[in-house]
Amino acid sequence: MSQRRAADSVEGVFREEWGRLLAALVRQFGDLDLAEEVASDAVASALRRWPMDGVPRSPAAWLLTTARHRALDLLRRDQRLATRLALLAVDADRAAGAPLPGGPAGSGDGEDVPDERLRLFFTCCHPALRLEAQTALTLRCLAGFSTGEVARAFLVPTATMAQRIVRAKRKIAEARIPFRVPGADELSERLPGVLRVIYLIFTESYAASSGDALLRPDLADEAIRLARILHRLLPAEPEVAGLLALLLLVDARRAARTDTAGDLLLLDEQDRSRWHPDRIEEGRRLVVDALRAGHRSSQRTGAPGRYALQAAIAAVHDEAPDADRTDWPQIVALYDVLLVVDPSPLVELNRAVAVAMRDGPATGLGLLDALVTEGRLDGYHLLQAARADLLRRLGRREEAAAAYRRALELVGNEPERAFLTRRLETLDES
Amino acid sequence: MRYLLLIYSPPGGEQSDAESNTMLESYVSYTKAVADAGVHLGGDALQGVETATTVRVREGERLVTDGPFAETREVLGGFYMIDAPDLDSALDWAARCPGARYGSVEVRPIQEFDRS
Repeated sequence: MSQRRAADSVEGVFREEWGRLLAALVRQFGDLDLAEEVASDAVASALRRWPMDGVPRSPAAWLLTTARHRALDLLRRDQRLATRLALLAVDADRAAGAPLPGGPAGSGDGEDVPDERLRLFFTCCHPALRLEAQTALTLRCLAGFSTGEVARAFLVPTATMAQRIVRAKRKIAEARIPFRVPGADELSERLPGVLRVIYLIFTESYAASSGDALLRPDLADEAIRLARILHRLLPAEPEVAGLLALLLLVDARRAARTDTAGDLLLLDEQDRSRWHPDRIEEGRRLVVDALRAGHRSSQRTGAPGRYALQAAIAAVHDEAPDADRTDWPQIVALYDVLLVVDPSPLVELNRAVAVAMRDGPATGLGLLDALVTEGRLDGYHLLQAARADLLRRLGRREEAAAAYRRALELVGNEPERAFLTRRLETLDES
Repeated sequence: MRYLLLIYSPPGGEQSDAESNTMLESYVSYTKAVADAGVHLGGDALQGVETATTVRVREGERLVTDGPFAETREVLGGFYMIDAPDLDSALDWAARCPGARYGSVEVRPIQEFDRS
């Protein structure tokens, strides 16, 4: 059994433990570069030794001990680095007001590996870093992606991504972006930044902004995994529960989202029996928590957060047996609240589509045309696609065709382009 | 660690006396807060950008021009040098600076050279 267990563990443990291992090392040594180097070394030596020696009782503790030894080796050899890090460690120690977790690891059952990943989340998603660097660092440090995998995920050359990551890490070191969890008073300002990074990783997978979706690492799964970790670390934060719920409830439809040819299907065309019941169930439970907690911790507005509301909307869709029997008045009402909490033309667009389902296409079209007049969504293909759909339902074929063509000029990725082209062709035939 | 807070604002001009008094007062109390916290290492207000002169030396030749190094919408008006444990702490000080409300405050870590 130990042979098979060795093979499984090597994959599973590294994926699962990378962020925790790295975070514990940054916490102790105060240097992300050093932590990454010795963490990789520890993984490499596990790959060599576990198949022969068997998997240790606590793989995580083994990795941490091995990495720590390696770091101390390096520091003994590089005195200058050691001096600098000693200073940093003293600062970090003082800032945390707690002793370093420096005791001998590897003796127990893995519970002695401290979970410092929350600090790592806040460092990787620090607002002093560019957004694209935040997502890259989060995938690399917390999801254990290689630079090449991050590059493929965002469709940029590996060299470009490597440079982006190096620059971000240099800023962390030189401007001294701290490795700490913001205090309770700052949390409401900083947490949305972390949530946004996870949300962006998810949406990037969902509607790749350009190119075709093949061969890209599965960002949706990673985003859900990151949201789960964050939810375990901050179980009382309603918006964290809201984000996890939203990702689960949207991702539940993944299998039904394309047909056998790989073409996109809209919500009303999807085979709902292919939706993932476990994800929907888990998401619904979380969204109830998120909405309830949002009301309780209502020092500011009393309203639930934007992710909880979006999750609630997704839940209403997921509960409906088909598009016609969807509770559209409920969805419009949720969009009304969302417009107050998070006003944006995009939310107005989605609300208009829901209004069209509730009150008929003519009413919805009026709202969409008002958005067109405002001009804030000029470059956005889905506004034109939504108009086209309503015009088609109203039998105004020529105008519908024109709107589809406008949408096609603006669309970036292949599956959506194919979808719009198909719609335009169907229009011509009918 | 030392950080420089560089205060950029639109070039002064149409400001009433009352307005400039309020600004002055808020700078006085901010400077006192920085000093009381024991993080104040230095800082000053600068004369207007119209007093700026820029020097470049190219191939041994000195080039002196009137004006700041680049024409921008906001100009450097003053600076503080503070001692802060990390960027978050420096950003907190920058956010409290009156200049952050009138214009913007750029936070730059000071490069520390190894003594060895």
